[in-house]
Amino acid sequence: MCLGVPAKVIEKMANDAARVDVNGNQTEINIRLTPEVEPGQYVLVHAGFAMEIIDESIALETMHYLEEMLQYEQ
Amino acid sequence: MSNDVKNYQQHLLQAIQSFNGSASLMEVCGTHTMAIAKSGIRALLPPNIKLLSGPGCPVCVTSQGDIDAVILMVQQKDLILVTFGDMMRVPGTYSSLQEERSKGADVRVAYSPLDALRVARENPDKEVVFLGIGFETTTPAIAITLEQGKMEGLKNFSVFSLHKVVPPALELIFSDSDIKVDGLICPGHVSAVIGIKPYEILAEKYRKPCVVTGFETLDILEGIYMLLQQLKKDQARVEIQYGRVVKPEGNPIARQTIEQIFQPVSARWRGLGVIPDSGLELREEYADMDARLKFDIPEMEEVPIKGCACGEVLAGRITPPDCALFGRACTPLKPIGPCMVSHEGSCAAYYRYTPAKGRG
Ligand code: SF4
Repeated sequence: MCLGVPAKVIEKMANDAARVDVNGNQTEINIRLTPEVEPGQYVLVHAGFAMEIIDESIALETMHYLEEMLQYEQ
Repeated sequence: MSNDVKNYQQHLLQAIQSFNGSASLMEVCGTHTMAIAKSGIRALLPPNIKLLSGPGCPVCVTSQGDIDAVILMVQQKDLILVTFGDMMRVPGTYSSLQEERSKGADVRVAYSPLDALRVARENPDKEVVFLGIGFETTTPAIAITLEQGKMEGLKNFSVFSLHKVVPPALELIFSDSDIKVDGLICPGHVSAVIGIKPYEILAEKYRKPCVVTGFETLDILEGIYMLLQQLKKDQARVEIQYGRVVKPEGNPIARQTIEQIFQPVSARWRGLGVIPDSGLELREEYADMDARLKFDIPEMEEVPIKGCACGEVLAGRITPPDCALFGRACTPLKPIGPCMVSHEGSCAAYYRYTPAKGRG
């Protein structure tokens, strides 16, 4: 249940919202917990909220695993 | 995977295999349970190194009484229940949320608790309850949702809190002389919130090394290696292997939001019993958004599932194949206990990734 999904922040918006890219799909998340995040950085998303900011190069590695995870969940 | 990574993994594995002495390492995160089962690491470890699963799946550790209470609420009250998908198939004593939905109850699955707020806005004439479940990773999301609901003045939104915190359960496991744990693979994303301080207290008090570990095969091998190194040197420190996400101080904003909205309360865990200060209930300022109070839902008695050894599995006393029903009466298609229902439950993880002949 504590699964986190890496996402790239595209744009910060009003009310703690941000538009992010997850594996090519754009979605909106809440960034109340990581207010200092800037567009271009990766965050770890859990239940629609950014939990932590992560390193770009490492996030890509994590994404590879995510795909397997999503395949498995289907 | 690059050759460099492969080589590195091979080196780590060799180092792990050459460890003298015995070690039981416990992971307390359902995502680790799944990642370990999937990676096949267990089969590569020598018999002197054991990997145990602990109480790391929030759905699995939820007590039977609490599940029954939620089902009772759905049966008796005219409301919309919004929940994470993991809860749908979890068996209560007489029914499950999925079964109630097929009988006509309005139970909806959401990815984010914020979806439940939307449902509440769209249905002003209906009561909307979010089933709050999860550890420190998930709780900040629910806390912010509650805060937002209050700010908007939504009168028809409430949360049924089954939230739990991890450190008190770890303390219970460390202090139980029946459970042999030599080192702890600490949960990656819970630690992103709580940081390493809670583990430092435990590591020192019980002399057990702790390593906050990521979820790739490489991460896990590295985490095991780091724990064994500490055991070799007779150390009991807290280290972070998963530094790309976890900071030593955790996420203070996330902790503050939890604290502002929730307060600790004793809670019953499946398999571990009642643990002081291990649950979270809504603070008094949020009492009108506490579904348990709002709908006057009683505490329900704990009725164990017949023959299911989930509780023993969650405490790390046995591994799933030790359960007489595992793979026979109990499979992911016809699960008996929550550890087989939840896709990150230990029984489900063992079943999916263990070859049939090794299933006991
Ligand atoms: S195999 Fe099934 S019955 Fe046995 S402990 Fe696991 S969930 Fe319970």
